Amino acid sequence: MQSWRNSTGGIIDRSRHLSFTFDGRRLSGHPGDTLASALLANGVHLVGRSFKYHRPRGIVGSGVEEPNALVRLGEGGFVEPNARATTTELFDGLVASSQNRWPSLAFDVGALNSVASGLIPAGFYYKTFMWPAKAWTFYERFIRRAAGLGQAPEEPDPDVYEKRFAHCDVLVVGAGPAGLQAARAAGRSGARVIVADEQAVPGGSLLAEHVTLDGVAGQEWPESVSKELAGMSDVTMLTRTTVAGYYNHNFLVAVERVTDHLPAGESALPRQRLWKIRARQVVLATGAIERPLVFPGNDRPGVMLAGAVRAFANRWGVRCGARAVVFANNDSAYRSAIDAADSGIHVTTIVDCRAEPRGRLVEEAQSRGIDVMAGRVISGVEGRKRVRGVAISTMDDSASAAVTKECDLVMMSGGWNPTVHLASQSGTRLAWDESRATFIPGDAASCQTSAGAAAGSFGLAQCLRSGALAGTEAAAQAGFDGETPAVPEVDGDTGDGALDLEPFWHRPASPRDGKAFHDLQNDVTTADVALATRENYVSVEHFKRYTTTGMGTDQGKTSNVNGIAILADHVGSSIPGVGHTTFRPFYTPVSIGALAGIDTGGELYDPVRRTPMHAWHAGNGAHFEDVGQWKRPYCYLREGESVDEAVQRETLAARTGVGILDASTLGKIDVQGKDAAAFLDRIYTGTFSTLAPGRCRYGLMCHDDGMVFDDGVTARIADNRFLVSTTTGGAAAVLSWFEEWLQTEWWDLDVHVTSVTTQWAAIAVAGPKSRDLVSGLTTTDLSPDAFPFMTWRDADIAGIPGRIFRISFSGETGYELHVPASYALALWQILMMAGERHAITPYGTEAMHVLRAEKGFIIVGQDTDGTTTPHDLGMSWLVSKKKPDFLGKRGLARPDTLREDRKQLVGLLTEDPREVIPEGAHVSPEPGAKPPVPMEGWVSSSYMSPNCGHSIALALIRRGHDRMGESVAIPLEERTIRARIVKPVFFDEEGARLRG
Amino acid sequence: MMLIPCPWCGDRIDAEFTCGGEAHIVRPDPATASDAEWADYLFMRENPKGLHHERWFHAHGCRRWFHMTRDTVSHRIVAVYAITESAPEATG
Ligand SMILES: [Zn+2]
Repeated sequence: MQSWRNSTGGIIDRSRHLSFTFDGRRLSGHPGDTLASALLANGVHLVGRSFKYHRPRGIVGSGVEEPNALVRLGEGGFVEPNARATTTELFDGLVASSQNRWPSLAFDVGALNSVASGLIPAGFYYKTFMWPAKAWTFYERFIRRAAGLGQAPEEPDPDVYEKRFAHCDVLVVGAGPAGLQAARAAGRSGARVIVADEQAVPGGSLLAEHVTLDGVAGQEWPESVSKELAGMSDVTMLTRTTVAGYYNHNFLVAVERVTDHLPAGESALPRQRLWKIRARQVVLATGAIERPLVFPGNDRPGVMLAGAVRAFANRWGVRCGARAVVFANNDSAYRSAIDAADSGIHVTTIVDCRAEPRGRLVEEAQSRGIDVMAGRVISGVEGRKRVRGVAISTMDDSASAAVTKECDLVMMSGGWNPTVHLASQSGTRLAWDESRATFIPGDAASCQTSAGAAAGSFGLAQCLRSGALAGTEAAAQAGFDGETPAVPEVDGDTGDGALDLEPFWHRPASPRDGKAFHDLQNDVTTADVALATRENYVSVEHFKRYTTTGMGTDQGKTSNVNGIAILADHVGSSIPGVGHTTFRPFYTPVSIGALAGIDTGGELYDPVRRTPMHAWHAGNGAHFEDVGQWKRPYCYLREGESVDEAVQRETLAARTGVGILDASTLGKIDVQGKDAAAFLDRIYTGTFSTLAPGRCRYGLMCHDDGMVFDDGVTARIADNRFLVSTTTGGAAAVLSWFEEWLQTEWWDLDVHVTSVTTQWAAIAVAGPKSRDLVSGLTTTDLSPDAFPFMTWRDADIAGIPGRIFRISFSGETGYELHVPASYALALWQILMMAGERHAITPYGTEAMHVLRAEKGFIIVGQDTDGTTTPHDLGMSWLVSKKKPDFLGKRGLARPDTLREDRKQLVGLLTEDPREVIPEGAHVSPEPGAKPPVPMEGWVSSSYMSPNCGHSIALALIRRGHDRMGESVAIPLEERTIRARIVKPVFFDEEGARLRG
Repeated sequence: MMLIPCPWCGDRIDAEFTCGGEAHIVRPDPATASDAEWADYLFMRENPKGLHHERWFHAHGCRRWFHMTRDTVSHRIVAVYAITESAPEATG
């Protein structure tokens, strides 16, 4: 039974019934309803508990300004917390529930906070839980449960989202009277126009007005304009679309709720679409939001914005109560009172804090039998879960003089705030307007203008004119000239929008008055403002954070100006003197799904790079790891084998037989040009101009501060051509580094650089049997004399044209075979077949790591951290002393890089050879030293070495090079490992295998 | 979300670019630079409120470096010029 629904009026379809549930209770509404209008039609006011004090809360507004009526929608993965009931379109089968209450909305244990509210003043969290740090873990469990609004959904979101870019000449934000006129003007000029409005249908405030425009009913006029716009091929109307962010250079982000108004799973369309719009000109026709009044008990269910009561009556045919008292400081509340009375609500009294309200509206209200009490304020509210009555007293208090009036509805109006959020986001400064007692946009910071109520023009005729002018001007600025559309003749408009407002911010509270809230969503009271002032949080930005005014999902839509005004009063300043906080995106909450778009999770989240041999790896037990975007085999698991066992087996096989590794991911850069050698001499710490074609050299690259940044082997292909190899992760950065220096500093050099990483695949063949294996596949003479270590040859490898490099990262006799990527899988399979007689073992990245660590070969980024020099690594032999300059040379002579107590690369051997130190562990000097124990360094690489028969580790330790043989401690959470500092090489120190 | 006029590609969204920081920093002669001069070159950068000459790189486009003069408050782009050019007159 929708017993609060009128039988006529409004723009709802009474012929159809929509069934929905709230907290399990089955209710019904009509197409055209929001969840809020349907709840009110059913007499439901109590919809939630407040954030901090768990006070019962009801619906306050009728649209996006709603601070209280935040509900949880949907079930399972489709759950959406903190949805405004006032902007949620009703559909058949909608499931909604209240939030922030336990165990039930009517009886909530957390409401004890209300009793104990003296214990929860402003700044409570900062004061109480900061110290001791440990106590937080104790408090946190309780706070997490007690505080906050809705709960995040626990299941993955099954919905689909998408994003798109759009460009236009004129973007009109808001399709109310001003926005529609602006769109019409811009559209007629031939400009590309996008109009976005957050509601399901255009019209904005007109949908709640009883007027006619050029003889058309105000509630129907928007549709006639939409039809005209629909006939223009360059105009796009986006409904259910909130422009939520205004960024640099007129880039705006909007969220289109494509299927939120439909039952879950009913449509194949995405749930929401994120629009990224670049507009030449923007017209902000975002309307205005009514301001609540601040008085004790103003948060009780049944205390509503006057304009919202009017909207529920006019647009949805819903009476928000039976008997109403209005509390106002301006004329607009009279229009609301009149319409409420006409809808069947018994409006008994208008409490007007102005001394002498007068004019046609006042007379019209009085003619309906409404008692106007001038110079009075509401000083208290009776009722907890619903208003039962109000106390009315004079301005200067005296509760004794108070009269009480019974009512179940309080309609309040403290004036109107233009919706300046987007203007402020764009960098436009806001100006305080004394006559309307509100902030309005000042000179626009970008190609943008505000129109209608958003600019402070509150009268309907003024809005229509302001919109038409703004649209014409915006189009003209974008290069499209057109005539300004005529302003429709308005009949029934009751004024020019002048509010005749006298500010009323609050009355100094006495403790017995009870709480007066200026911020309903964040539960902030006038007493909190007083406290913040006493504690000197008087800068508006500090005040906001200390009291939490204007935070949460609401971003101060109803609370900001009241909060600022009360603060100004406390600090004895003016409102413009206090100023306002910065409005930041988003205007209303945007779901993470919409921001993420369609590419959430799964393979589209980030590019996945696979080598040409990937399919073979996958089919042969590869256990993959991510190395940057690459998928690389970590090891190859055999039946019944653990990862550790596989790594040990592969590491051993590479030193006893032959192993092969897919090294295709290593970065490869082709460097060509007559200055290629000179260029590399400047890039590397070593010298490459002296390298003969056919030879290879290992090199380190430093940034100009002297810190190691990448390493690798470079081969001279010809006089004017080199092949630089980089680490897998550093490939892109090294290419960019080359390009940067070549373009920005060394543009006189004749050098061209090109990435050939994916053009060439690479297979490392390592182990005592590697020569035997490879020589069977090529006519190239592989004997050590003919093809020594650190040389390379063009070669025919099993019929494939490629290159053989006699280089090794394992420390074994080994070859790196480079072939065009399309041949790589074939070559890999040929090697596997040919190697069968040697029990060839494919090995993964972890065996590669163990092998190189046995030799003390570093991995940049693992054994260096951006503060490590070649000298720290014990690699001074790689740093040229002859070259006059190279990147890092002067940096290596800085006082800091010359310090003797720098962390230096060393090896560690644990006392217990079976113990593997966790990588990243801190190293301290003395076991059992008293805290604070000095941190002497850290373990960068650590493995069990099957070839050494014990664990090995590399570490960066202060003065490490001078501390050989010294004992150190590695304190862990449960135990301390003891180890000895040794040289960072554990296997074949002379390199006999490498060169053999 | 600036719209950056790449001298080679035209107007493109800033997500395609990387900023290389302050422009026109001269690398001192490493043979003669004092420690303080070298530290200044390596580490010290201007942080003006207002016009700023910067280096930008069209990483996801033509991969060319160029100079841009930008107002750090309003993000207004005042000038775009070649990486080999010095700052234009009257742009701060
Ligand atoms: Zn470009």
